[in-house]
Parts: sequence; C-alpha cells; structure tokens
Amino acid sequence: MSFINYASREINCKIVYYGPGLCGKTTNLQHVYQKTAPEAKGKMISLATETERTLFFDFLPLALGEIRGFKTRFHLYTVPGQVFYDASRKLILKGVDGVVFVADSQEERLDANIESMENLKVNLEEQGYQLENLPFVIQYNKRDLPNVTSLAELRELLNPDNVPDFEACAQTGEGVFETLKAVAKLILLELKKGSGG
Amino acid sequence: MLGPQHSTFVMYDEEFKRISVVIDKLLRESNSKVIFLVDKNGQLIAGCGETEHLDTTSLASLTAGNIAATGGLAKLIGEKEFSILFHEGEKDNIHISIVAQRVILVVIFDQRSSLGLVRLRVKKASDELAVIFEDLAKKTADAAAQGGGPDSPFAEITDDDIDNLFS
Repeated sequence: MSFINYASREINCKIVYYGPGLCGKTTNLQHVYQKTAPEAKGKMISLATETERTLFFDFLPLALGEIRGFKTRFHLYTVPGQVFYDASRKLILKGVDGVVFVADSQEERLDANIESMENLKVNLEEQGYQLENLPFVIQYNKRDLPNVTSLAELRELLNPDNVPDFEACAQTGEGVFETLKAVAKLILLELKKGSGG
Repeated sequence: MLGPQHSTFVMYDEEFKRISVVIDKLLRESNSKVIFLVDKNGQLIAGCGETEHLDTTSLASLTAGNIAATGGLAKLIGEKEFSILFHEGEKDNIHISIVAQRVILVVIFDQRSSLGLVRLRVKKASDELAVIFEDLAKKTADAAAQGGGPDSPFAEITDDDIDNLFS
C-alpha cells in the first residue's frame, strides 16, 4: 500500500525481496546501499542472527528523486529466507507494493526456489493479494557460479507468466540495479493506473 | 488499514495540520520528548519534539515491525491485538499504542514524565486522532470514487518521468 503525502509532498512505496535462504536478498540490499549516494539513502537496518542470517528483516530506505514535485521514496525490505521463519515472512508482506523474487541459480537449490515461490503465493493470498496483480520481477542470482541451472529451465519453472526477469551476481552487483529499477517502474506505472491516468 | 489493503494511503494538508495540533498538544501535556505517528506498514506520517537527532525513518520501520510481531503473538494466543507496548530504558522509555486499529502512536519520554501520565494523555489524544483518521479515510474513499482526486500526481506521469528517476 503506497502512501501519498500531500502535506510533505512525498510518495512512499514498499518493495519486498523474497526468496529461499542464502539466495542473496540481503546481498542485493547491501549492494544498493553501498552504491547509492549518501543523500539518497537512510541507514540500512539488519535484524540478523549472530551468524548473519536474517532473523526478521533488512530495511533500506531510498529516496530516488522527484516526480511532478513529489519526492519518491522506496522502502526496501527482505524477508528471512529460512523455512521456519514463515510467520515473520507473512508480516513483512503486509502493505507490499512490489515484489522481487531472488532465485538461487545453483542446481542444488532448484527445489528450494520452487518451494519459496509457492510459499510467496500462499502468503500473499493470505493477505488478500494475487501475485499476478502485483508489480513483480524475478532475479536469477549467482550466475557466476559453475553449477547453475540453465536460464531456460529456471524461466520455465519460476516464470511461467513472463514477468521481467534478470540474471545477476549480487556479490559483484551485476543485475542488482536493473532488478530494482524494473520493479520500481512497475510500481509507479501501477500508481498511474490507480489514479486514472 | 485505511480502506482496502491494496488502496493507497493518502495524507492531505488539512488533516496533516489537524494531526500536528493534536500531537503537539500531547507532547506538551505529557511532558514527553518525541512523538511520532507511523502507519502499520512503517511509513512515517507525522512527528514532533526533539526529532532532529533521531533516525525517524528507521524508528518508524522498526516500530511497525515491532507492532506486527506483537500482533502475530497476540493472534497465537487468541487475542485480536496488543494495543499498548511499553519499553523501559535506563533514561528513555517508549510507549507505543495503536490508534483506531490503523496507525501507531509512539511517545518517547524520560524521567520528566511518567508512564501513568503518558498513558492518560495518550488515551485522550487517541480519541481525537481516531476522528481525524476517520475523516481522512472518508476523504480518500470519496477521492477514489471520483477517479483519484483532482490533483493526483500520477495521472499525468510519463515513462520519461520514471526513467529520469534513475538517471
């Protein structure tokens, strides 16, 4: 649910990064944080365990600039990927405006990707959303590793609806901003549609 | 939430001013340091007091996460929600309450005030805020019925506008 504030002339939108454990959601946010000018970002918050696994969420506020005199802010969240944190994942999806699914391209994580995608759909439906109706993009991460599933197979299994998808290596930052831009653009177009424009 | 979950939450100048009056008064009457209002998704709505040295964006997000997690706990034991949370620190304390099941009111105070006083004043301010948010919900619903309101910033947005954001 985006928030349009006529008093402070701001628009706030919420983007959630979803995906199986260790697929690189937090790494995506860290790269965005590192490569963004200081004046455009707030503090990145990570609620993580001692072993740096996400416990509740990571949060990164970004200010992108102005549209028609309105400051455009995106709040980026990640969910904890580990299966047993499902209750927390549901909470973070509340009020979401757009979703990025980060897939782990490694062969041995193929089942985990599929399971996480199903979990995303179920959890969204519980909140009254349909994934098909939300701004949604997919990122195939870790493309630099040797043991990856082919792009064609990943697409077939994870992207039957042909939403925008990107190959990435979040460690080096490849594909990270392309993914973020794509989902931000879909959200703004959705807002335009909603305002009757 | 305001209206259906997918709709946009809109804040207008008029209601923003009315809200500011209420929280300014609450700040004075409760002798507190900082007050802010956050929506349940973690967006900061308004704030007053000694906010300049505070990271209000992070505070807003964590407060909403806190309320969401506590709300999850409530459901697990068969409660609808826990409407008040209180965190006690060595110097500063945080009092968090849910207003009209929609927004989160956060009061930060130190030894110049007390939990009893804050609770009392928050209760009164909550009633006033509830009325304002009710009006706001009505206004937003009316504007949506008319197709986004007269000055929706998005009606005229172009692809170029969006691309420029990322240049």
